[in-house]
Amino acid sequence: MEIQVRKEGNRHVISVKGRMDAVSSPDFEKELSLLMDKGRKLFVIDFSGLEYISSSGLRSILTIAKKLKATESIIVLASLRSTVKEVFEISGFSTIIPIYATVDDALSNV
Amino acid sequence: MVTYQFPAQLEYLRKCIETVTLFADSTGVSKDKTVELELALEEALVNIFKYAYPDAADGMVEITCDETGKDKIKIEIRDNGVPFNALSHPEPDTSVPLSERKIGGLGIYLIRKMIDELYYRREERSNILTFVIGKRT
Repeated sequence: MEIQVRKEGNRHVISVKGRMDAVSSPDFEKELSLLMDKGRKLFVIDFSGLEYISSSGLRSILTIAKKLKATESIIVLASLRSTVKEVFEISGFSTIIPIYATVDDALSNV
Repeated sequence: MVTYQFPAQLEYLRKCIETVTLFADSTGVSKDKTVELELALEEALVNIFKYAYPDAADGMVEITCDETGKDKIKIEIRDNGVPFNALSHPEPDTSVPLSERKIGGLGIYLIRKMIDELYYRREERSNILTFVIGKRT
C-alpha cells in the first residue's frame, strides 16, 4: 500500500493507494502516529486509490480516530470507492467517522 | 477440486488470497462475489495466523477449492490449531458511537455478511471452516 502525505494549509491530506489489509494497515497506523507526534491535528484521508479494506484496516482507522479524539484533533475520510464504502457501512463505521464524497468537500469542512 | 497448503503466517496472507481469487476467476465467479470472498477469506486466515498456533512457529493452513451444486463454489479452510469455532462468537454492536466502539469482533461479522453459506466442523485435530458462495449475486 502506498501512502502519500501532502499539506493543504494546516490540514494534512493522506492518500492511500492499493490494499489496506492485515499486512499493510500497521504502516498506516505508524504514519498517522508519526504525524500526530509532530503535533498535526487535522487529517483528511484520501481513499480514491484504495481498492480494498479489511477489518484490520478498519481497526487501524478506529485506533487512530480514538487517539485523535482524545486530543481534540479531527480525522475525516474522502472519496471512498463503492466496495470500500460498503465495508464501512456494513461495520457501522460510516456513522462514526465523517465521510465526504471528495477531498475538496472534506477540506471545505475541516 | 484443488488443495493448497501455506504456512500460517501473515506474510502468506496475500498469496493465499491470490490463489483463491485465481480459482474463483477460473470458475466464472463474478467480480462482486470475488471481492466479498477475498474479504471473508482474509478475516478467517488472520484469525488462524494470530490465534491458532500459540506455541508453534510451523503451523499450516490448508485451503481446498471446489465447485459445488449449481453455480456455486466451496472453499474449505483447515487448520490444526487450538479448537476454535469462528461462528460461535458474538457479533459486535455496530450502532454504538466512536468512543464506545470496541476494536475487535469485526472479522467474524464481516465473514457472516459476505458469505452465503457458512459451516464449521471440528474433525479430529482440525478446525474446518467452509464457505459456499454463488458465482453471481
